[in-house]
Amino acid sequence: MRRTDPGGPSAPTGQPLPFGVPDTAAPRLEELMSRVARGDKDAFSALYDALSGIVFGLVVRVVRNRAQSEEVAQEVMIDLWRQAARYRPDQGSVLSWAATLAHRRAVDRVRSAQAAINREQDQAARQQARPFDEVAEQVETRLESEQVRRCMRGLTEIQRQAVTLAYYQGLTYREVAETLRTPLPTIKTRMRDGLIRLRDCMGVTT
Amino acid sequence: MKHDMKHDAELHTLTGAYALHALAPAEHEVFGEHLGDCPSCRQEVAEFSATAARLAGAVALAPPARMRDAVLHGIDSVRQLPPPVPAAGRQPMTFTAILRRKAITLAIAASIAAAAVLGGVTVRQNRLAEEARQQAQASERRLQDVSAVVAASDARTVRGRTPGGATTSVVSSTSRNRAVFMAAGLSDPGAGRTYQLWFDDHGAMRPAGLLTRDGATLMEGGVQGASGVGLTVEPAGGSARPTTRPLMLLALPD
Repeated sequence: MRRTDPGGPSAPTGQPLPFGVPDTAAPRLEELMSRVARGDKDAFSALYDALSGIVFGLVVRVVRNRAQSEEVAQEVMIDLWRQAARYRPDQGSVLSWAATLAHRRAVDRVRSAQAAINREQDQAARQQARPFDEVAEQVETRLESEQVRRCMRGLTEIQRQAVTLAYYQGLTYREVAETLRTPLPTIKTRMRDGLIRLRDCMGVTT
Repeated sequence: MKHDMKHDAELHTLTGAYALHALAPAEHEVFGEHLGDCPSCRQEVAEFSATAARLAGAVALAPPARMRDAVLHGIDSVRQLPPPVPAAGRQPMTFTAILRRKAITLAIAASIAAAAVLGGVTVRQNRLAEEARQQAQASERRLQDVSAVVAASDARTVRGRTPGGATTSVVSSTSRNRAVFMAAGLSDPGAGRTYQLWFDDHGAMRPAGLLTRDGATLMEGGVQGASGVGLTVEPAGGSARPTTRPLMLLALPD
């Protein structure tokens, strides 16, 4: 229980957590989710403990600002409660659903009008300040999961950067193309074949 | 799967960018529509989403304990959505639903003649369904933004009335630094005009978004520093400063 409880209140705040929820937890999460869909608040608090670490970590990675991240992560968790009855096990795991919701919200937050302007400025400053390959490099070295790190190493440079810039920094593929000074069609293709490689390396099935 | 690759080679490569939320909104929409007709794309997107979830797992971080309290208390005032109910009496949708089932994709592909006949109808239905879904999503998102403020533990409400008789209220939350404006009974602002919201920063009016009709609006900008909320009628597109007398000024709670 302790190990499958990454977001539990006993975990020290702000500390990196062990890699996600083990695969063995998947049926448990689905079971919890169906109880949550029936309005079971105890089930929801268990679901919170299982998912909040992943949701919060991902949102922080994309949004950066702690206060805003907390707000977004909170909205995502409440959203899981609200939308519980809309969850379809045949369309993916609970974890995958929660991560999708969290990423979508985080991305929406950083792409709101004012944020986009700030980000463009940041980006311009960043591009002047350091070579682009450091951006993804920095992301990679902070990954807590050995499996993800190992599989990332199996990607080509451009695949790795296309995937990490989009996922961890919330860039659109146009922004990724701009950052990497690579044509758009190439970026689209690299995102896809990069994900195919990661999927196969991690043995992901649905 | 080969069938899709051949016909949608260009579109098909977007599965990656779609799963990473890296498409522009319009592209996301178009590709979402395509997904309805492309079981192999849908399968790939599902696998990519599961892969992305592993990437999320690699950056997991313990949230502050106060977030747990806020969420567990927060849900008390949040109504759960009912499960989706399949639309009744819409034959073409049923056909689409069948298409969505991967197992019989091959059987469907074999009956190309039938697909060709129904194709036009299905595409149109899909587009309508997609539009409805997009609208539902947009309004759901708006609802979520709004309810996040309304559901905040420190949410406070003030009410007022415009000279025209519309009832208005402002729900503000200091902890979220946000306010929601709600109106019922607003008249049409007139052609080329809009209602505009303002935060009153102790006399200095700060633009806080536009509205043209009743409903709940998440006000733009933080509530911090504001002593009140105002509503004016402005030329379409809004103004940097109020150009008309406020229809209403509400004092915010201290």
